[in-house]
Amino acid sequence: MRITEIMAAQARYARCIDTDALEAWPDFFTEDCLYRITTAENHRLGYAAGIIWADSRGMLEDRVAALREANIYERHSYRHVLGLPLLEEEGPEGVRSETPFLVARIMRDGATDLFATGRYLDLWRMDEAGAPKLAERLVVCDSSRTDTLLALPL
Amino acid sequence: MPDHNPPAAALPPGLAAPPEVPWPEGLTRVPYWVFQREDVAALEQTQVFRGETWNYLCLEAEIANPGDYRATTLGGVPILAVRDHDGEIYAFENRCVHRGALIALEDFGHAREFTCVYHAWSYDLQGNLKGVAFKDGINGQGGMPECFRMSEHSPRKLRTAVVHGLVFASASDTVPPIEEYLGDEIMERIGRVLGGREVEVIGRFTQELPNNWKLYVENLRDSYHASLLHLFFTTFELNKLNMKGGLIVSESGGNHVSYSAIDREAEAKAANDYAAQNIRSESDYRLKDPSVLEGEDEFGDGVTLQILSVFPGFVLQQIQNALAIRQVVPRGVGRTDLHWTYFGFKDDSPALRKMRLKQGNLVGPAGYVSMEDGCVGGFVQRGVVGASDRHAVLEMGGTDAASTRTRATEASVRGFWKAYRACTGL
Repeated sequence: MRITEIMAAQARYARCIDTDALEAWPDFFTEDCLYRITTAENHRLGYAAGIIWADSRGMLEDRVAALREANIYERHSYRHVLGLPLLEEEGPEGVRSETPFLVARIMRDGATDLFATGRYLDLWRMDEAGAPKLAERLVVCDSSRTDTLLALPL
Repeated sequence: MPDHNPPAAALPPGLAAPPEVPWPEGLTRVPYWVFQREDVAALEQTQVFRGETWNYLCLEAEIANPGDYRATTLGGVPILAVRDHDGEIYAFENRCVHRGALIALEDFGHAREFTCVYHAWSYDLQGNLKGVAFKDGINGQGGMPECFRMSEHSPRKLRTAVVHGLVFASASDTVPPIEEYLGDEIMERIGRVLGGREVEVIGRFTQELPNNWKLYVENLRDSYHASLLHLFFTTFELNKLNMKGGLIVSESGGNHVSYSAIDREAEAKAANDYAAQNIRSESDYRLKDPSVLEGEDEFGDGVTLQILSVFPGFVLQQIQNALAIRQVVPRGVGRTDLHWTYFGFKDDSPALRKMRLKQGNLVGPAGYVSMEDGCVGGFVQRGVVGASDRHAVLEMGGTDAASTRTRATEASVRGFWKAYRACTGL
């Protein structure tokens, strides 16, 4: 797996969320993926709970369905800005990478705020078509605080 | 000199200016100015948080060993909760008696003593001043006067009490013992979840709410809104008003329990109620991965939801197997910190622990059933701008603040205001 392929996948991932194409978001993951949003403090202390905790692509699809059908929140969007991924040697389970991110949140009334910073701790695997998919994405937010709510995924 | 001052009687004690409108008698009206005024917020600090109340500080499990401490807050006042070598828990203000700096800067840790970084004054684990740097001066010059006694200076100490592993503190010397403050029913319901268990923290998150703290504590006591605002619950039969369950409101009004259990029979009978009301809650929404709802009946009583509050700002939550403490901390008139502590028990099976993690999706800042509570208080805070002479209406289920079998009521919200008005005199 080349770094350029992973960078391309990261770029598509960010655009997917930022352009409100959430229905396509689960496709970035493997069927039995692990997706979790936590904080640096929880990560450091080894706490297993997440702000979001999913261990299947079905749960990610449910997250999108809930956002579309069930949950109430003010309309807003994100702007992801990703740093360069740092890749580890490819192991038997896939390629691990660490990628810093900044996410601004743009509210319905036009207010833009820095909503989250952190890093993605990823495990990538090639699917049958040779495209890198996320077997794991651990989103480690730097701050222990979340403003108001976290609706859209990071 | 012209007399611009209103008559003294028109000014409730502690307020800087008369309220926009008087607070009507009874429990069914809440004036919006109570969410908007700086003087009310200041009054709450002394009369509610440092008044005749017990306030949650931390879990006993978080300060399990002698020397363990946790920096927490009472209302907004920084507090240290510490386990000393006698095994007891002590709580005192995290404020050096010298010049007022924080004594401990970390959120938690382990200490033999505490030393203020500013001028190195030091304290033992009970908050007693034990050392003053250069007390006798240097080479006979300077130093503290002869008459200075360390024993006469210490940060304010709080009464502490532990209930089933929950550490509470009070700044009041006259507040009744915690058991009395909570009442038998609340004690029993805390024991139902925590009694005899060894707690293990599995996550900690802080949610910043864009609203006055009272709008959040109203919301969490409001069993009426649950199935109307939170579609996730309703659709998956976690919590409908026609489920078996009810509401317990303590004598003081300030503490409450809302609970529900699956009642298949009633479910079938009342299946049409929601459709008849044409409420948004009715939908065809189904989960791709329903394993999130396959919880265990870990307490053996079929209760799938128990939300318990203690006046003013404590919540114990059981939503299926998702257990959490919520601590509500005001950060000014229009800001509130909501501290979530997710926990399980040391003897959790791996399957149960995994279920807690999975059902953690239901709660917190991204919770399927709590996300809305993060923003709805802000909708009120913004909605009532310019309406400080108007009132909220709390008449659902009557006018009192008593326990009831239905949850289509605002009884426990009225209960909160009953306790609040008793504390503040407003």
